[in-house]
Amino acid sequence: MGFVEVTLQLLKGFNVTILLFAITLIGALPLGLLITFGSMSKVKIISKLVKGFVWIIRGTPLMLQVILVFYGPGLIFGIGGVGRFTAVVIAFIINYAAYFSEIYRGGIESIAQGQYEAGQVLGMTKTQIFFKVVLFQVFKRIIPPMGNEIITLVKDTSLARVIAVNELLNEAQDIVGQHAIIWPIFYIGAFYLLFTGLLTILFGQIEKKMNYYAG
Amino acid sequence: MSVLEVSNIHKTFDKEEVLKGISFTLEKGEVLAIIGSSGGGKTTLLRCLNHLIIPDKGRITVNDDVIFDSERTDKISEAELRKKRLHFGLVFQQFNLFPQYNVMKNLTLAAYLLEDERIKKEKGSKEDRKAAHAKVDAKAEEILKKVGLYEKKDAYPCELSGGQQQRVAIARALILNPDILCFDEPTSALDPELTGEVLKVISGLKSSDSTMIVVTHEMEFARRVADKIIFIADGIIEEEGTPEEVFEHPKSEKMKNFFSKSVEVISGGES
Repeated sequence: MGFVEVTLQLLKGFNVTILLFAITLIGALPLGLLITFGSMSKVKIISKLVKGFVWIIRGTPLMLQVILVFYGPGLIFGIGGVGRFTAVVIAFIINYAAYFSEIYRGGIESIAQGQYEAGQVLGMTKTQIFFKVVLFQVFKRIIPPMGNEIITLVKDTSLARVIAVNELLNEAQDIVGQHAIIWPIFYIGAFYLLFTGLLTILFGQIEKKMNYYAG
Repeated sequence: MSVLEVSNIHKTFDKEEVLKGISFTLEKGEVLAIIGSSGGGKTTLLRCLNHLIIPDKGRITVNDDVIFDSERTDKISEAELRKKRLHFGLVFQQFNLFPQYNVMKNLTLAAYLLEDERIKKEKGSKEDRKAAHAKVDAKAEEILKKVGLYEKKDAYPCELSGGQQQRVAIARALILNPDILCFDEPTSALDPELTGEVLKVISGLKSSDSTMIVVTHEMEFARRVADKIIFIADGIIEEEGTPEEVFEHPKSEKMKNFFSKSVEVISGGES
């Protein structure tokens, strides 16, 4: 198998990787905010439950969660589970939402009380204060940790291989197995580097854009 | 008729009684300066007036509208609370400008939202909204001229000096037309050379229809600008009267002590 053929086949896997990455972000970014609201809730029972949930998700391997979502329904309830790709997507969204929620929480709690009070004395509602005053400042502050987490997500997509989803790493292993050549497995490193490199540039740009104000 | 009537305000934090029954009245157009050492309850009192803290006991009325009454047990809605808050404006020690918005937007943000709410309630059109916003803009520009910052209207707070930021904060409070404008140690976070411009703006606001309450450590300013002084120590009003009465002929020992100490500080600084 030549370089071009290998590249073409790997691109198929890369497509799946990008798709998994994108769907995870679309699902986990808003879900994370919901979890943040839960863990910051004034209703003790809600915040305790949500914090317990975050502990379990962050405290167990993502690979284990992927396996559980895929095989769990069948093993526990004897019902047919979801498809491979769907199972990975579900596990990834929940896992990343838990991590994002903690980043959001840190960001929200870093905003000075005075910002809320200023909104209050100006007659703004709690919702208005959150969306018009606080959220944007939180956004600026969480860019560096979010960049970190999102770059980790790129590489974590390779865990989907554990239930035989045809992402990039799995595709490379197939080639290695079928054609007795070893180099494609190292070659995919370049794909990941390219992807994370682009994200690094993107986050750098966003950070620069947000530097129009200090604080 | 008094603009503001405060009677018997009590507040306890963690078993420590910070306010032990504060009562006073304020007439329209008066400037009240609240003085006293740190930890005496001045700021807590101001925050009670602005509903940032709920007093344990007492009664507050503005223009005969009951703002707070511990006797009333019915819960007030958030909408009502917001309306009551708007009787007061508050300028903070730390300015608390919104850093992501420029000066103009800092002034107009809340005013826009209030106008939008009103127009929505009256089922007004998009044009009504536009007109209302234009009015707010014009008013914001006028107020910025008043505090001498019109040319900075597009600047962001981080590009301004502390004194300029505090002047923007004053403008932001003014745009909502509060019945009573409160200042919580407005110059305490500023370098000495910047306090002058802020105090000048505050004294410039004095007029027959602007009622103000200033918590301050600037004794000279209090003496010159205030119509009425309240000296608070350990949660009660120790001394109350015109600047002349309080500064020249203090009755309480605590006031005499406090005053002699602040004079010491001033003369000590000059020598």
